[in-house]
Amino acid sequence: MMAYFIKRLLQCIPLLLLVSLLSFGLIKLVPGDPAVVMGGTNATAAEIEVIRKNLGLDRPLHIQILSFYGNLAQGDLGRSLLLGQPVKEAIIERLPATVSVALYSMLLTLVFGLAIGVLAALHHNTWIDQGAMTVALLGVSLPNFWLGLVLILVFSVHLGWLPTGGYVEPSTDFLGWLRSATLPAVSLAMLQIGLLARITRSAMLEVLRQDYIRTARAKGLSELAVIGKHALANVAIPVVTVVGLIFSVLLSGSIIVETVFSVPGMGALLGNAILRRDYPMIQGGLLFVATALMLLNILVDVAYAWFDPRVRVGGGH
Amino acid sequence: MPGLTRGCGWVEGTEVAQPAAKRVVRRSLAWGTLARLLRHRAFVIGAVLLGFMVLLALLAPWLGSGDPNKLAVRMRFQPPSMDHLLGTDNLGRSMLSRVVYGGQLSLMIGLWVVLLNAVFGVLLGALAGYFSRLDGPLMRFADALMAFPSVLLAIGIAAALGPSVSTVVIALAVVYIPRTARILRASVLVVRELDYVHSARVAGASHWHILFRHILPNSMSPLIVQLSFVFAYAILSEAVLGFLGLGAPPTQPSWGILIAEGRGYIREAWWLTFMPGAAIALTVLGVNLLGDGLRDVLDPRLKIEQG
Repeated sequence: MMAYFIKRLLQCIPLLLLVSLLSFGLIKLVPGDPAVVMGGTNATAAEIEVIRKNLGLDRPLHIQILSFYGNLAQGDLGRSLLLGQPVKEAIIERLPATVSVALYSMLLTLVFGLAIGVLAALHHNTWIDQGAMTVALLGVSLPNFWLGLVLILVFSVHLGWLPTGGYVEPSTDFLGWLRSATLPAVSLAMLQIGLLARITRSAMLEVLRQDYIRTARAKGLSELAVIGKHALANVAIPVVTVVGLIFSVLLSGSIIVETVFSVPGMGALLGNAILRRDYPMIQGGLLFVATALMLLNILVDVAYAWFDPRVRVGGGH
Repeated sequence: MPGLTRGCGWVEGTEVAQPAAKRVVRRSLAWGTLARLLRHRAFVIGAVLLGFMVLLALLAPWLGSGDPNKLAVRMRFQPPSMDHLLGTDNLGRSMLSRVVYGGQLSLMIGLWVVLLNAVFGVLLGALAGYFSRLDGPLMRFADALMAFPSVLLAIGIAAALGPSVSTVVIALAVVYIPRTARILRASVLVVRELDYVHSARVAGASHWHILFRHILPNSMSPLIVQLSFVFAYAILSEAVLGFLGLGAPPTQPSWGILIAEGRGYIREAWWLTFMPGAAIALTVLGVNLLGDGLRDVLDPRLKIEQG
């Protein structure tokens, strides 16, 4: 198992190099002079010169690339123009809020996605199946930030049950956190619930057709034991594979959902950096997210190998 | 729907008859596919929904005030009524007009992203799938692009290029082309090894002839399904970019921009936020239903896997 983990980790290195090169290249996409764009309309020539020097844009390209990787090797992602703070520090400060909302959302996704998917499969081709799949389809069709605004409209403005935004640390006030994180987590989760429910349903239908389920039923196991013990364990395999995708969707979604609910997380940090053209922050943030996702995907693959020994033995990758 | 003929064109490899017979076989296949699509309930509902939204966008000049930017300050914040079907905004502009004109832009952007995906995704996927030597480099590059969460990458590219309609199209195309290329590559890899392709090669056909006449026409089904989902993703992502202020200028409001504008008045006038989002939801729902139908009919293998 360890060997498999290390193998997957090593496979990542070339990809990581390419990904970092892409995030470095992003600033080269800026039409004209990035320093002028970043300085804004009111910047003086001297201020622009300072930005250019800070970013090393006055140096030749190969030196820029070398120093980018040199800094990266030391864990230095550069300094945010907007906050005047190292990018790494800013990300680490805001990570807990994002992670706590993301985990909450993941929990909702797993509970409701699996439940809806399993329910639909067990009642295949009935109105329950159709209803569940309609909900799932709506989940993947609604823009999540708009859903967030509609939730604010209903639960905050009209009913006054939950705050319109803001964020409370779970360690200081857990109930307060629950109140502040529920709407963002729900609007983030809808899309993933839809994805997961659709995949769970088809995986479950596939499993229910298998001989061992028939055998389990034939030997007189209760329906609960058949589903709970035999079917669900095998549904876990295809479901684990989409967890990586779900993380990716979650991180993408957090930018806009955190902006809508003013959650001071990494998504809002990046969203703000993008609006204010804080390129070091954008570069560092993108690289951080891509790397984090890659590591998460490795963990998912390892979990996959754990659930399904064929992968580890056959070297399915 | 001429594109669909080729979608299930297993005829291509097997038939040896004269051109006339070939055309007949093709036409009956096309009709067969169309008939199966029309019997698929999800496809029909999706097609009607999408058709309705497209129709509204086309009829834009004759709906509402006919001009999305026509001010009527005395008519500010009118809730939806018979006079103003979707209400009016903070400057008294007709929300119906703004939503249908926004639809023109959003649908147009989605269409462009699909077109670019169809051209470049097919080209890159076909090259990677057919020429093994290109496969490694092209797919590693695609992997690197796909390592970023899709919307995040689009936002990054759009932020670098500066806000405009073409920025949105380019950013979304760059994000989805690797995904399309991967899907086409997978089906090219399978078709490449089929007997009739080997026969064509032995008969001395050129690479391009084999690729365009024999392989691509038989790799189309997954592509068409993928393109329908690209259209749905493009509309959703465009809304995100517009909402963040990375899309078209405010004088040319897309659905995402309309939601961003309405957000500030959410307490006074819910319809400003609600209506454009509902338009997005209906459109994407239509496209998703349509895509599910296409998948079930064109690509029965996927149906088995995905229920």
